[in-house]
Amino acid sequence: MTPAVSFQKVSRHFGAVRAVDAVDLEIRPGEFFAMLGPSGSGKTTCLRLIAGFEQPTAGHIEIFGESADGVPPYRRNVNTVFQDYALFPHLNVIDNVAYGLMVKGVGKAERRRAAEEALKLVQLPGYGARRPGQLSGGQRQRVALARALVNKPKVLLLDEPLGALDLKLRENMQEELKSLQKALGITFVFVTHDQGEALSMADRVAVFNDGRIMQIGTPEEIYQRPASRFVADFVGSSNVLPPDFVLRYSGQRRWGSLRPEAIRIQRAAVGDGVPATIVSTSYLGATTRVALDAGGQRLNAIVPAGSPLPEAGEAVVLTFNREHLHVMEGEA
Amino acid sequence: MRSDRSASAPLGLKIAAAAGLLFLHVPLLLIFVYAFTTEEKSYQWPPPGLTVKWLAVTWARPDVWQALTLSVQVAAISTAIALLLGTLCAAAISGTRFFGREVISLLVILPIALPGIITGIALRSAFSLAEIPFSFWTIVLGHATFCVVVVYNNAVARFRRTSGSLVEASMDLGANGFQTFRYVILPNIGTALLAGGMLAFALSFDEVIVTTFTAGQQQTLPIWMLEELVRPRQRPVTNVVAMVVVLVTLLPILAAYYLTRDGDQVAGAGK
Amino acid sequence: MTDAALLDRKNPAILPARGGMLGALSDTFWRRPKLLLFLMLTPPVLWLGIIYLGSLFALLLQSFFSIDEFSGLINREFTLKTYGELLRPANLDIIMRTVTMAALVTLASAIVAFPIAYFAARYARGRWKALFYLGIMLPLWSSYLVKVYAWKLILAKEGILSWLFAKLHMLWLVEAWLAVPIVGGNSLSVSATGTFIVFVYVWLPFMILPIQAALERVPGNLVEASSDLGASPGQTFRNVLFPLALPGIVAGSIFTFSLTLGDYIIPQIIGTSRLFIGQAVYAHQGTAGNIPLAAAFTVVPIVIMGLYLWAAKRMGAFDAL
Repeated sequence: MTPAVSFQKVSRHFGAVRAVDAVDLEIRPGEFFAMLGPSGSGKTTCLRLIAGFEQPTAGHIEIFGESADGVPPYRRNVNTVFQDYALFPHLNVIDNVAYGLMVKGVGKAERRRAAEEALKLVQLPGYGARRPGQLSGGQRQRVALARALVNKPKVLLLDEPLGALDLKLRENMQEELKSLQKALGITFVFVTHDQGEALSMADRVAVFNDGRIMQIGTPEEIYQRPASRFVADFVGSSNVLPPDFVLRYSGQRRWGSLRPEAIRIQRAAVGDGVPATIVSTSYLGATTRVALDAGGQRLNAIVPAGSPLPEAGEAVVLTFNREHLHVMEGEA
Repeated sequence: MRSDRSASAPLGLKIAAAAGLLFLHVPLLLIFVYAFTTEEKSYQWPPPGLTVKWLAVTWARPDVWQALTLSVQVAAISTAIALLLGTLCAAAISGTRFFGREVISLLVILPIALPGIITGIALRSAFSLAEIPFSFWTIVLGHATFCVVVVYNNAVARFRRTSGSLVEASMDLGANGFQTFRYVILPNIGTALLAGGMLAFALSFDEVIVTTFTAGQQQTLPIWMLEELVRPRQRPVTNVVAMVVVLVTLLPILAAYYLTRDGDQVAGAGK
Repeated sequence: MTDAALLDRKNPAILPARGGMLGALSDTFWRRPKLLLFLMLTPPVLWLGIIYLGSLFALLLQSFFSIDEFSGLINREFTLKTYGELLRPANLDIIMRTVTMAALVTLASAIVAFPIAYFAARYARGRWKALFYLGIMLPLWSSYLVKVYAWKLILAKEGILSWLFAKLHMLWLVEAWLAVPIVGGNSLSVSATGTFIVFVYVWLPFMILPIQAALERVPGNLVEASSDLGASPGQTFRNVLFPLALPGIVAGSIFTFSLTLGDYIIPQIIGTSRLFIGQAVYAHQGTAGNIPLAAAFTVVPIVIMGLYLWAAKRMGAFDAL
């Protein structure tokens, strides 16, 4: 199957800064793909390369098998939802949404009808006459979405689409975006620095750092089996374990990770395991997070709230299922 | 300076501010009184009587009309040139970062940063070196040069306020560069350009220092006035012309203010 | 498969080129953004570079020529002789007089401007704010000559100022002031005091606007914090307000200083027969035909302003423009 977007050794350098450095990437048609990473990791530049706002310094980009080399943004059947929404302040909502059709020469009646339909799709029917300035943040974002979708793009790009919304609205929008994507079958590519968002929404996630992709995989793979210390650190609250520690329990002298909910805490008298002392506990609602010190190695454990816990400072033993200790193949 | 508390100003400050504003406005108001005085030979205050006779006399003076027509023509053409050059420069400066950007913005500001007499005599000596005879066009050349900055300042401020992603959004939605200019850039900077153009017009209409050096026999309205100030012929006519000039410059300034009042705040910063 | 292929063809990922010539041109600009930048910059840079900088250069060049004292013709040979003439006592006198006037005008403008700018920035709200703004803008943009003319009316012997002082029975005060050498004269309209007042009046808005801009950026609670901490109004002004307004004052002083240095009309219409730099330039290039000396004279304000701008830039004054 032809990939929706494919990067072949794509680089984008700004002077000495390697914003994107020899990236290979394939995004499948119809999937919800997340680019995750800290700011300055190259994820946004990758998005801009797909949209055509940037041109690669080296390498080759294809969109549905067609070369995008030297193709300006207005000839790519790809649309973007901008972080600041970028709604045209001088146009009302309906003209904003119909803009793409207008510049392509679609007739007035036809494009109004299509725009009304797109507004219905994002649950803003009847808002056409308003100005962007009269809308709330959530509404603006829906207009931005409608304005992109009305063009029936092959790929929809979303740049930190939920970044400016408050928590409650963000959760609603996550679900809406997800169901919208399923219904339309359009390939969604979205950029975020929020790992929770990436894991909960995407079919697959690419984790970026320093202009390179550290790992690509399903949310589960990324979360359960991080390929490197960076991914383990950035994606989860996983315990990152040094090679000496891992050697004792897996027989391999490599870096490893252990998810906090996999650790069980028992009183020192009860049996064998990793000896440790409790440093502190914090109540998180449904669970309690316990900070531990295992012979100089700091560990976090998460236990269900209400489980009996020894006092801070007490000696305990930690046990975990061997298969939960993940050895990072990607880390030397 | 923003303060959420609606504090009231100290009395001393109020008085000083009010006195300052009076100082700025009373002289201009006096012009309106003098335009109607019956006194012909001196600047006597209070006016011995009031009359509208001098309005008619001024209206019938061909030299005033000639000067006015020339000033309007010069201002119109200089403004058109300044609009083109100022907008191009502002677009280039705000769109990208490039080597020499600072130098170019300095170059634009220089004609008003240096005293007008320098611009004037520099142009005059260049014309004489190049053996260009003085004409309508030498006046325009000088005026357009210092009008560029007014348009530039207004346009740059608006570009700064306009999100760069609007242009990207337009291209993303399928508009090529020219469509983006027509449907997005122009509507967004239009009022700023109009304001800049009006200010440039007012600036050119009023200019005298550079003009004395770049004009030959032609008399713009300010040159006519200067002539009257140095060698008064008919004082009441000068009074009426002064009033008309205040009114003519007032209108574009008010219009420019209303066009840019939400935010730019720079309408006059260019002068 | 065929359905999908059909759909694909109707909705390709890369759209065909449209828009003919303009479309092709737009594509080129996108591929080569530097080309567009170059095309946009060429007209303004050529205009300002050739007409303006070229003229300045020509002027500078002329200042190194000299005038033949017998024939009155310009001798186009490189010489520093003209600059030497600048150092003659009479010419040095002109330079000193102009610079002193510019400094005094700048100082007075700052003092008069500060309360207006402070009030406009801190206390004026809504309609008042707009009124203040226009109240500063209108005089700024009103005709320069008309403003000078208005003061000729005001300062004339038979004018409103004398009338006012007479009504207050204080005409003796004006007489006494006019009797003082240097600042005085026959009447206010032919005295250095008159010149000074008109300069301050004409350039005042140029001082108010940058100070106001600088003060607008000061959070209001900073002043309140200072008085909460027990500072007297005087201390608050000295330690908080003045330092914050300083970049604005410096920015404004660039205008007042530069404009005073180069003006030749105000001292000609309202003032004594003692010359200012602008008048000297005007006289030398005009009636005397001594363009080299006129050019050398203009170099003085250029150098002074160059130093001034350099110092102002170091103080961060350009942020307040």
